[in-house]
Amino acid sequence: MSLDPATVARIATLARIKIAPDEQVRIAGELNTILDWVEQLKMLDTSAVEPMTSTVEMVMPQRTDQVTDGGYPNRILANATEPVRVSATEEMGGFFTVPKVVE
Amino acid sequence: MSALNDLTIAQLRDGLKARKFSAREVADAYLAAMAKQRGLNAFILETPDVALAQAAASDAKLARGEAGSLEGVPLGIKDLFCTKDVQTTAGSHILEGFKPPYESTVSQNLFDAGAAMLGKLNLDEFAMGSANITSYFGPVKNPWKRKDGKDHVPGGSSGGSAASVAAHIVAGATGTDTGGSIRQPASFTGIVGIKPTYGRCSRWGIVAFASSLDQAGPMTRDVRDAAIMLGAMAGHDPKDSTSVPLPVPNYEAAMTGDIRGLRFGIPKEYRVDGMPAEIEKLWQQGIDWMKAAGAEPVEISLPHTKYALPTYYIIAPAEASSNLARYDGVRYGLRVPGNTLDEMYENTRAAGFGAEVRRRILIGTYVLSAGYYDAYYLKAQKVRTLIFQDFQEAWKKCDVILTPTAPSAAFGIGDKADDPIAMYLNDVFTVPVNLAGLPGMSVPAGLSGEGLPLGLQLIGKPFDEPTLFRVGGVLETAANFKARPGA
Repeated sequence: MSLDPATVARIATLARIKIAPDEQVRIAGELNTILDWVEQLKMLDTSAVEPMTSTVEMVMPQRTDQVTDGGYPNRILANATEPVRVSATEEMGGFFTVPKVVE
Repeated sequence: MSALNDLTIAQLRDGLKARKFSAREVADAYLAAMAKQRGLNAFILETPDVALAQAAASDAKLARGEAGSLEGVPLGIKDLFCTKDVQTTAGSHILEGFKPPYESTVSQNLFDAGAAMLGKLNLDEFAMGSANITSYFGPVKNPWKRKDGKDHVPGGSSGGSAASVAAHIVAGATGTDTGGSIRQPASFTGIVGIKPTYGRCSRWGIVAFASSLDQAGPMTRDVRDAAIMLGAMAGHDPKDSTSVPLPVPNYEAAMTGDIRGLRFGIPKEYRVDGMPAEIEKLWQQGIDWMKAAGAEPVEISLPHTKYALPTYYIIAPAEASSNLARYDGVRYGLRVPGNTLDEMYENTRAAGFGAEVRRRILIGTYVLSAGYYDAYYLKAQKVRTLIFQDFQEAWKKCDVILTPTAPSAAFGIGDKADDPIAMYLNDVFTVPVNLAGLPGMSVPAGLSGEGLPLGLQLIGKPFDEPTLFRVGGVLETAANFKARPGA
């Protein structure tokens, strides 16, 4: 399986990373080097093997469904670009902002 | 008396308790040593004000006789651990300026034990690298130089941690290890590093790379210090559902110096092609030291060893591509404007991530994408099972495994930079340990022909860190590694 520049463009879109068309060929080459190298796994017969998702055998713990943290929106918004903070003067607050998505 | 910054954590602890010197004097000694070594680029951010405030609090506690296990000990914190109101970057432009509103559990545990923070240590971007050359904040230099004076990498990803411990500008440092990021830099800089069993330390508040592999651990000048520091870092945390609710043993007390009758495994598959003769020799030396101490070598087989790296380079990027999806320019970090929401995401992530991180996200996205998931990701998860089973078989024959930590000594800054796979091969002996979730420790054992440090790795059974400390202490005594960088 060899990656072509069009596939690089598709996965770049999935990953939400802008890649200029003139970079696609170089990146396809880099990724193919890695993919060719991992091909060796195909030599192993794993038809009777279960996939491993965790090395520690434990039942996922559950806790009581109650609020244990929070209630400080402005602290959370402190790292955001152009957030709408909670304030006494604004009617609405406590939001992250993004560029307009609907015209 | 030697300079305060040349004392080990154990010596600092005892001296502080006996009131031979104050925590303030210790902090001052370290801040002065740090200032002299800025050329290493070990810190992304120095936090002298934090260190001095914590030292003052420690002096007050020491005066009341309420010292914690690390009271007054100044540490460096890898900049992958979120520290409350102190910039945390993960070595990436995309998180530059991010000040977490919370503290990671591990750093909080250390502070609760009385430790002070000297600053945030440089690392490979998002811990992806084996040479500390992918950091947005520039490469870290190894304080060790080859005989000809050439600059070398400190290893990675915990390169700032390793360099600062080796240069005595911190008493100890936190590291994280996803495929060798504690043990390989420890080997490259002549210090001790332990990656505990997966689940031993909480991952809460550590910037995630590959969640099924990441584990925090200490990096220190000797084995005893690692035991003291891990004792403070480890423990169950309800905020990390993969942290294990087991009591933390007294690791220091495990260092009895007695390994008589212990069976140690020598995996034949670790004699890889092209391994330098000096690594081969160091390994044999380690075997001889352990035999002389009364332990018994056993040849073991870990037949799927050669598949570990390719497995890792599917699983780790897959998990990374998912974890790093959160960096979207909306809630924190860099934002680069675009005409649409999608364009804003794409511009932000293109500008915010470096080349290696972009490469791993793309690989990870590809192996998880429709049509390729079974061929790559599911296949890698199955091979991971086989690697795990190799170790389970080995434990029927031995109590601990001895290997080299890395296939070479530190290399020059700029070497291997153009060949990702040559770089990945650094982790050939460390990656299987992460895939199997086991504890692994690197102990400095000798010098290469070029005068650079080399480490030996001990691999233990799950949650059997006490045996690693016991054997590590014996190896350390036998190796009597006293060399210092730049001496």
